[in-house]
Amino acid sequence: MIEVKNLHKSFSGVEVLKGISTSFEKGKTNLIIGQSGSGKTVFLKCLLGLFDYEEGAIAYDGKVFSQLTEDQKRDLRAEIGMVFQGSALFDSMTIAQNVMFPLQMFTNLSKSEMEDRVDFVLKRVNLDDAHSKMPSEASGGMQKRVAIARAIVNNPKYLFCDEPNSGLDPKTAIVIDNLIQEITDEYQITTVINSHDMNSVMEIGEKIVFLKDGLKAWEGSKETIFKTDNEVVTDFVYSSNLFKKVRKMYIEENQ
Amino acid sequence: MTYLHNIGSYFLMIAEMFRKPTKWSVMKTLILKDIDDLIIGSLGIIAFISFFVGGVITIQTALNISNPLIPKYLVGFATRQSVILEFAPTFTSIIMAGKVGSFITSSIGTMRVTEQIDALEVMGINSLNYLVFPKAVALMLYPFAIAIGMFLGILGGMAACVFGGYTSLADYILGLQTDFNAFHVAYSFVKTFIFAFILATIPSFHGYYMKGGALEVGKASTTSFVWTSVVIILLNYILTDMMLGQ
Repeated sequence: MIEVKNLHKSFSGVEVLKGISTSFEKGKTNLIIGQSGSGKTVFLKCLLGLFDYEEGAIAYDGKVFSQLTEDQKRDLRAEIGMVFQGSALFDSMTIAQNVMFPLQMFTNLSKSEMEDRVDFVLKRVNLDDAHSKMPSEASGGMQKRVAIARAIVNNPKYLFCDEPNSGLDPKTAIVIDNLIQEITDEYQITTVINSHDMNSVMEIGEKIVFLKDGLKAWEGSKETIFKTDNEVVTDFVYSSNLFKKVRKMYIEENQ
Repeated sequence: MTYLHNIGSYFLMIAEMFRKPTKWSVMKTLILKDIDDLIIGSLGIIAFISFFVGGVITIQTALNISNPLIPKYLVGFATRQSVILEFAPTFTSIIMAGKVGSFITSSIGTMRVTEQIDALEVMGINSLNYLVFPKAVALMLYPFAIAIGMFLGILGGMAACVFGGYTSLADYILGLQTDFNAFHVAYSFVKTFIFAFILATIPSFHGYYMKGGALEVGKASTTSFVWTSVVIILLNYILTDMMLGQ
């Protein structure tokens, strides 16, 4: 579980996060949503420890990040898997080498044990025959799956995904969403996803945190987001006519 | 103020580079890869430039000796001194600031732009140790490349002498042996070691701390070349004054 209390972050005197408090539960897909510029990416980077913050606290299963030494922070990060928006695969390595990388860095497994684990994880993300390809030879969807495989190969306790569906076609986006949810459930990981994609919100949002102007404007789940009267949320989530109709039908069916 | 900030950040980067080392089994592979990229990959250009510049030094020295009282073996002597003292260690390093330096800046800068460095940090890896340290270690072999450059520079001078008819082979070899001071070679290698460290770290600094996109990677490469060259030339003066000055 990740707990966030009163998080404040500024850049050159401009406050981007204005006191966010929330929690992300283990074994659930937690989504952070909001408009561009609402502070989602900054929030995610604060959670990952890539940005320092002025005020507040982030605790990973009770361990307050800011109170850890640099070495303890690095040890904690070894328990984190991250899927970057642009996949961030190491372009000088093959797909198999990319996935094997965390194992080489943090385990004492033999080469054959590592290869077995890589085979297993690549199979898990439906990429059994892509071992020797370079990232530049893989499609966007394949790169995302490799990034997921690399993120989970060392059995992380926490999985972060920054816009995992950006740049993907709707069908591939659903495959990625389902994969993340299955993995979260299967390995009981605390998963935090930063997303713009309303399909993802409706499909896998077991917990949703809505940010607006650096503040938490609403939190709930994919079920409660249909019923909420919060205008800020409904304006954003149901901005398309299609989603407006879906919401109307959902409310009518459930009355 | 920006300059002072950058100088401070550079030294902090050097300190951070030695903290939390990467596993030796991984580091070994990185060092070997960087030796291949930075040293072996540069041997061709070093050999080519050294051979022909050695030849040019010989021709120009020979053409400028018109006084019959000046012995012909001075051509070999001048070539040896020029190549060992300045050309091989300093000017080859300036050329390497362009070749190796821009390669380091652009490869690390691209990793920054594409969030690969963030990926390393999120995994709990000391990205400076992972990226910069193996380059610094690999470039400790740079003096060997420079030694090859010295040899080929003198050989190029010899070829120019013999095939151009500027002086006899015997005179050239006599010039090479005249007043040989082994300390000059030691001075040259001390300089080369220090330049090697500069070649690894200044371009890494510019790549690692760059901000922006693809365009800024190009700008960072140019800036890194300029600063690496400036620092090499300044250090060249300081080291020469310290080691050879009165």
